[in-house]
Amino acid sequence: MLRVIVRRLLQLVVTLIALSALIFVWLRNLPGGPVDALLGERATPETRALLTKALGYDQPILVQYGKFMQRILTGDFGNSIRTGDPVTEVISRAFPATVELALTAMLIAVGLGVPLGYLAARWRGRLLDHLTVVGTLLGVSIPIFFLGYLLKDVFTQNIHWFPPSGRVSIGLDNTNITGFFVLDSLLTREFDATADALWHLILPAFTLATIPLAVIVRMTRASVLDVLNEDYVRTAEAKGLRQRTVRGRHILRNALLPVVTTIGLQTGALLSGAVLTEKVYNWGGLGTLITDSITGSRDYPILQALILLSALVFVVVNLVVDLSYAFIDPRVRVR
Amino acid sequence: MTEPTTQAGAPAPRSSKEQASDAGRNRLSDRKKARLDELAQSTAAPGGVSLFRDAFRRLRRNPAAIVGAIIIALFVLVAIFAPLIAPHDPVQRFDALTDQLTPNNIAGPMDGFPLGSDELGRDLLSRLVYGSRQTLFVGVLATLIGLTIGVVLGAIAGAVGGWLDNILMRITDVMLALPALLLAITLVALASKSSQWTVIMAVAIVNVPIFARLLRGSMLAQRESDHVLAARALGVKQRSIVLRHMLPNAMTAVIVQATLTLSVAIIEAASLSFLGLGDPDRDRAEWGAMLGDAGVRYFEVRPELAYYPALAIIVVALGFTLFGEAMREAIDPKNRR
Repeated sequence: MLRVIVRRLLQLVVTLIALSALIFVWLRNLPGGPVDALLGERATPETRALLTKALGYDQPILVQYGKFMQRILTGDFGNSIRTGDPVTEVISRAFPATVELALTAMLIAVGLGVPLGYLAARWRGRLLDHLTVVGTLLGVSIPIFFLGYLLKDVFTQNIHWFPPSGRVSIGLDNTNITGFFVLDSLLTREFDATADALWHLILPAFTLATIPLAVIVRMTRASVLDVLNEDYVRTAEAKGLRQRTVRGRHILRNALLPVVTTIGLQTGALLSGAVLTEKVYNWGGLGTLITDSITGSRDYPILQALILLSALVFVVVNLVVDLSYAFIDPRVRVR
Repeated sequence: MTEPTTQAGAPAPRSSKEQASDAGRNRLSDRKKARLDELAQSTAAPGGVSLFRDAFRRLRRNPAAIVGAIIIALFVLVAIFAPLIAPHDPVQRFDALTDQLTPNNIAGPMDGFPLGSDELGRDLLSRLVYGSRQTLFVGVLATLIGLTIGVVLGAIAGAVGGWLDNILMRITDVMLALPALLLAITLVALASKSSQWTVIMAVAIVNVPIFARLLRGSMLAQRESDHVLAARALGVKQRSIVLRHMLPNAMTAVIVQATLTLSVAIIEAASLSFLGLGDPDRDRAEWGAMLGDAGVRYFEVRPELAYYPALAIIVVALGFTLFGEAMREAIDPKNRR
């Protein structure tokens, strides 16, 4: 087990180093680089040279990369070109917003997806099954930013159930400790703020949950259908075990293995989706940060850090998922 | 089960009746030949023509596949005959429509313009019809480019193996470690300014690692298979083993994936437009750009600008997904009988 963990961690490090090198070279050598972005096209060659030197872009690329890695390892990602703020600060301000959104979306996707998929499989060919199959197909075919606008239109313009955008109502005085608004307000017992934050969270989280939800429902359904035909399920039934035991211990436990992998892989979809969802709902997380650092001037230090961060999150989540296998499935432990 | 026993028993009577009549011997060798042909056919089945025929038969019986195929066919037909179907030029701005354009109003349906105006006073219906062309173009090209690069890399990795395989797969690992849209955004950001080609290339490259991994996987499976061993034993050249024996058999999974990728590509192109990284040419009618750009920008003024292209994208994406899934199911050996 320990060997597996160490090997996977080493792989992770190699992947991240390769990625950092790739991104570094990519972002530096292409037209529309940071110097142009800062000065515009009409800058004189003198100011251009001055800025190139100030930013350190006149040195050999290997030297630049070495310095870059050195700084990264000490946690210094440089300053944002646009605002001048330290990148780590900018990102850590936006990070909790996205995590809060993505976690809620994942909770919705798993919480609804697994039971729905299970029921669809058990009642195969019945109405609920047909509805879920159609629903999942639609879920992966609809551009989620459009779904976001649609939900926003229906639930905030036509019937005023939810607030249209943002994370909290304007003028609400909430204490900010961790940046997770729901958690913060619970800690400080400002329950009106908790309600407000949750209120703002529901629509974006549902929008973001669409694709993972569809995938998890499909996966669960297919997997339960596979397991239902297994001999050990028949044996368990023949032994006269209670139905609840058969379903819980024999069917669900085995059927959920592939679903767990899917959940890990959906982290990627969540990060992609967050970029779109955050723009629709004006959420102000990492997704917004990415959009902002690309449209208009390109904010390379921020982009670099964001790309590395999302790759790190994706790889770590999948590592955790793989390792958690050992706890769910004893067969993996034996190997 | 009865036939093999008679077959196995056949040589014995023949050897004992050495002086049997010519007619009898002929009949016997005929039977043997028929049996051999049968055997050859049955071993050719997993991977030969009959697999496709078999899969096709199952595909034809699947209603989801038929619905998907009809949607795709309609989509392609509309794209081909767009000039005949569209009532107007998709680029022309009409006075009757521009007259009514104000910040708070975009003209709805009226005489001669069944779906009304778009944000610049052009005929929305004509743009939707012509949009099928550009959408098909972007989707197919992005998928094809991604498929080609992916197949080349996957084939090299799967056929050569060793350190080259290792390097190629680490590269795909790195690409797969990035969420798809984020990778696409990064790629678009690399170009000095976005164009239709940056969108196509970005969407294509995002799909390269998927195709490469998939093909490599099935190539590796092919490498261990009996027919490749047979070809090697017969002294077939390595190059032609890879190109003639392994690649064609390994391509099925890739083709299924390509069908599914078409729908993803169309949606991804729309997402890039929504993020402001799409095709900046406002004359060109493409559903993704229509939805992601003007569609959401004028959502409060005239939501139809988003509804129609969105509906078109959803239906077409659904068509490709239905057909692709049905194909996957049909080819899956688990479903063979």
